[in-house]
Amino acid sequence: MVHTFTVQGDHFAFDSVSGALHQLDEAALLVVERAVNNDGKVTDDDLKTDVGRAVFDLVSAGALFSPERTFRTEELYPDEPRIKAMCLNLCHDCNLRCTYCFAGTGDYGGPRGLMSSDVGRKAIDYLIRESGSRRNLDIDFFGGEPLINWETVKTLVAYCEDEGRKQNKNIRLTLTTNATLLDEEKAAFINAHFSNVVLSIDGRQHVHDAVRPAVGRRGSYEATTRGIRTLLSSRGDQAHHLRGTFTSENLDFAADVFALAELSRHVSIEPVVLPDEHPLAIREWHMNQVMDEYERLAVELDAREAAGEPVDFFHFRLDLEDGPCAFKRHKGCGVGVEYIAVTPEGDIYPCHQLVGETSFRLGSVLDPTARNAEVQDLFATALTDPPEACHSCFARPICGGGCAANRLHRSGDIAGDDERGCRLLRRRAELALWLFARRLDRGQSVRI
Amino acid sequence: MAFIKTISKGKWTNEKVTVACGECQTSCQSACKTSCTVANQPCENEAR
Repeated sequence: MVHTFTVQGDHFAFDSVSGALHQLDEAALLVVERAVNNDGKVTDDDLKTDVGRAVFDLVSAGALFSPERTFRTEELYPDEPRIKAMCLNLCHDCNLRCTYCFAGTGDYGGPRGLMSSDVGRKAIDYLIRESGSRRNLDIDFFGGEPLINWETVKTLVAYCEDEGRKQNKNIRLTLTTNATLLDEEKAAFINAHFSNVVLSIDGRQHVHDAVRPAVGRRGSYEATTRGIRTLLSSRGDQAHHLRGTFTSENLDFAADVFALAELSRHVSIEPVVLPDEHPLAIREWHMNQVMDEYERLAVELDAREAAGEPVDFFHFRLDLEDGPCAFKRHKGCGVGVEYIAVTPEGDIYPCHQLVGETSFRLGSVLDPTARNAEVQDLFATALTDPPEACHSCFARPICGGGCAANRLHRSGDIAGDDERGCRLLRRRAELALWLFARRLDRGQSVRI
Repeated sequence: MAFIKTISKGKWTNEKVTVACGECQTSCQSACKTSCTVANQPCENEAR
């Protein structure tokens, strides 16, 4: 499939099958657009022109209108689906009361509670067993706020390292935290054992404090930034991201990206996921402003890169030369098939956003034989045979088919329509491609 | 600029990876918790 688009007056054609990207002048853009509407063939009239023949040569060389490729489930999971990644909900409680939290202020709509070391060990055993021959495994210590359950964090880190050694598994640990409980002792431990840290912060102080109050309604910005500075002061160049959410209250979120960049250059900000009735939801009438803001963000990121002061924005990171393989780009995040979430009680769900959706409960780490294969098959099929909208979308190999939880919450069906979310994602993809082209044009590295 | 400037020739149809090894990180383990992007995940296939 070939998609044409324009960013800041630069025209492009992107072949979403081969990953080829071409910058076009106005005349070539019109020729390619006519070819898109002519079953991928340059029109007879255009073949009489120099520009038409130039486009024809590209098509003949296989650099435009590559034949579509389809995948069977067996190709995506050659030795059957294997769980390789786990979101370990160490704590269904939180010391913050964020007003948009998908986890319902940490409790996921259920009882507040901490995961015991015993359940945590059984979850890790489950992951190792279910991973089969996979060597690289990932565990995200998540919540609620996992640092509330600090002793269990330390116990389970030691268990992961011991079992990884014994069973020849490379278990990589991520911690997702609101950072407010970090001190120097915790920071030293985390930096010694966690290969990735995700630090939740929303940007400018007034934006953050308005939506991320602590219990008792005080803003949490001061404690959050203090914790982040403590952690990063001894983290060196190890992986981490400052991860924020934007809502209808900060549609000028590019300013929040650059406020976060004052703390670290690795930044991810994502649109809030809420039902339309919620006052912070991104509604249809916000969409033009959000699209414009993503473009403003890309332009400023480009300027900073050109000036040698790059900010690494997670959702614009893209490498057409050496990115993920076709299988990965097709099967996406692996929800429920390669990736699961485990509650403090040991219940297994397809992902962290689906915890508490009891119809999707996959089983329990306490009774590993009782896995709900029907639910797992549902997700495997959803990834292999994606929603109708994906079939005609150039961004499919960039988003991997999008987020099943978002589709469920938007439409009531994991394979349903999330048109608004997809529209944002498509624009993000175009801007990422533009930034990729700009980097190559300057001779800068595009490696991810 | 000439009519067309090729930014990337497109390697996705001639990949060295011919079998899904599954050794790479899942996207929600890095930094996207509510908004999926997979094209920013590095490949960890040893054949590459």
